[in-house]
Amino acid sequence: MSKETVVARHPLDELFRADRFPHILCPGCGIGAAMHCLAQAMTESGIPLDRHVCVSGIGCSSRVPGYLNVDSYHTTHGRSIPFATGLALVRPDLEVTVFAGDGDLFAIGGNHFIHAARRNVDLNVICINNFNYGMTGGQAGPTTPFGAKATTAPFGNWERPFNLPYLASAVGAVFVARWTTLHVRQLKEAVRSVMKKKGFAFIEVLSPCPTGFGRPNGIGDGLEEMELYRERCVVDHKASLPDMDIDLRDKKRPIVLGNFLNLDRPHYQPGKIPQETSHG
Amino acid sequence: MSGDHACAEGSLAAGLGFFAGYPITPSTEIAEHLAIRLSQVGGTFAQMEDELGSMAAIVGASVAGARSMTATSGPGFSLMMENVGLAVMMEVPCVVVNVQRGSPSTGLPTAVGQADVMQARWGSHGDYAIVAYSPASPQEFFDLTLRAFDTADTYRVPVFLMADEVVGHMTERVVIPPASRITRVQRKRLPRLKGNGRFLSFHTNGKDLVPALAHAGEGYRAHFTSLTHDERGYPTNSPDVHDRLVRRLVNKIKLNAGRIVEAEEYRLKDAEVVVVAYGCMSRSARRAVDMAREKGIRAGLLRPVTLWPFPESRLRELDKGKKKKAFVVAELNLGQMAREVERCIGRPPATLTHAGGKVLEPEAVLEVLAEAGR
Amino acid sequence: MENKPAGDRGVPGARRPLNLSQARIPRGAVHVLPQRCKGCNFCIEFCPKEVLAPSKDMNAKGYHYPVVAEGKGEACIRCQFCDLVCPELAIYTEEVF
Repeated sequence: MSKETVVARHPLDELFRADRFPHILCPGCGIGAAMHCLAQAMTESGIPLDRHVCVSGIGCSSRVPGYLNVDSYHTTHGRSIPFATGLALVRPDLEVTVFAGDGDLFAIGGNHFIHAARRNVDLNVICINNFNYGMTGGQAGPTTPFGAKATTAPFGNWERPFNLPYLASAVGAVFVARWTTLHVRQLKEAVRSVMKKKGFAFIEVLSPCPTGFGRPNGIGDGLEEMELYRERCVVDHKASLPDMDIDLRDKKRPIVLGNFLNLDRPHYQPGKIPQETSHG
Repeated sequence: MSGDHACAEGSLAAGLGFFAGYPITPSTEIAEHLAIRLSQVGGTFAQMEDELGSMAAIVGASVAGARSMTATSGPGFSLMMENVGLAVMMEVPCVVVNVQRGSPSTGLPTAVGQADVMQARWGSHGDYAIVAYSPASPQEFFDLTLRAFDTADTYRVPVFLMADEVVGHMTERVVIPPASRITRVQRKRLPRLKGNGRFLSFHTNGKDLVPALAHAGEGYRAHFTSLTHDERGYPTNSPDVHDRLVRRLVNKIKLNAGRIVEAEEYRLKDAEVVVVAYGCMSRSARRAVDMAREKGIRAGLLRPVTLWPFPESRLRELDKGKKKKAFVVAELNLGQMAREVERCIGRPPATLTHAGGKVLEPEAVLEVLAEAGR
Repeated sequence: MENKPAGDRGVPGARRPLNLSQARIPRGAVHVLPQRCKGCNFCIEFCPKEVLAPSKDMNAKGYHYPVVAEGKGEACIRCQFCDLVCPELAIYTEEVF
């Protein structure tokens, strides 16, 4: 017992359209790790794979459903949530997960996000936040830190970014978490738990995008950004959500992770008006 | 019953399972009516945050197995164009109602228009083909809504109901047939799969060019993408696959046009002057034809019931030998269908156009047809 | 509306109290799919037992895939972190009894 064994298949390959591997994502990109966590959570969820559905918009992260061996819908830019809403309303017995990027969900799709959260549609929304538009080559987006460089912010970004957990909780999400592609166990557990939960669950996943964000901003390659997560991430489930802005370039500022919010609130069922049981 | 209510009832008769919409005059009554009625029949009514969402939601609902519909007017129709393209590319059947008003932009929200005719054909980006019906009365609004779902399911394509404010708000007698007399087309479905079998979700037999549909949650584990895809549903960059796919999307409508196209003919047999009009304007035109006949002018009406595909072979037939004295197009836009008629007959027809806001009187149509037929 | 208690917020944590008297440290065997690897080095860098090292050979795409490092043949405790963090599904471990 000393060396590694070379094999041709991974035990989780059944969860994937492995005939499409290798996927299109760059070396050092974290999206694959988050996809891996999602697949692992699906197998551990106890829900048969035939009842899992994955919906996405457009972008690097949105390619993920195409690699998962479940019913999958790679829709238009920003529209994953309303598409998934229609699907989930017609088949409430299916477990619908939206997997998309920060630009897709919060710029072009921002309006859908806030309203689906407000309605508490029964969706699991996993957002890869890599602080830029990766697919189109590193443009500034709604989560690009103030001052960070992007191809459309060559002198530094002069817009303030969203604080996604704060936003999600404010608009009505019943589960809000933030993890990174390094915190794969916690991420997998969070995904697995929201698959059991009714209502609008939001999980932000910080992920390296060495090509579009890391290198132009002095963070380096994917591994270096993962190292940065290891050094600066602090798990605090009780963290104050308004204070959770992220700037990877600010060496003094910790990156706060955790499962911040988990509420029980009646989920969206058109035609049904729930009795509020608590006003606390 | 108003046209809008007739449309809503028509959709229910068709077995509507899901409606998503956003309030907009003059189509709102459809949503309001369905907000009450859908819950009575076990369907789902959802009011969305905008028309981008409405259109995306009905596509999602349709792949989940429901007959789905949205209703809007010009400004919302513009927003829906994005995911009309999605429905075209994913080949997801759905029905979109546009109760047209004066346009462009916000235009005349409460008054009639017919200026979205070309948008219905070409509004989303890229090459594609859809089906668009144009009802001229509440009864026909009911009937065509019923048929629109069958057409959508048969060809796996979005189908438009291009009504207008006059037809939407007009109240006339509507006969709703008993449910036992309504037959519905069934979607062509893949046989139920056992286990994790692989299959070609976008494979067609080469005859009707329409692949069988895999609904969500049936074990197919199908992939649908808005990207150009091969027969497995997998994305590809191949120009050849792209050309083959887009050609099929167009051809499944184009080559089946003979089965899809509908047009009503009124007093056309011996007509020397052919009036082409649709929707509310066809009602004025019909009266104008009668008035012309009383004056001894041999006029007739060709009323496209499908605006798209356009009844072009019938028009060409009518023009055979160039025996007609004139073709006249009367419409509430500045000549969108007139252009299509010109394409078919090879010369500009006489036109009666108006940007909208009112229906043109039969007398106005009569004047143009009399002049053209001189 | 009550937020579920912090600590786990209702999510089972990855960390559980350890009962040392009952704990058994598993041993793992490393399996790799060299052709899938894109050389991100996540598995090598974050292995808590430093079991892995980059291969001397390159795969068809020119990347150095992970191999068991010199003298680490018995070191894997099968924590499965390398597996879960791999974006390419190019590595996993199996328990050795």
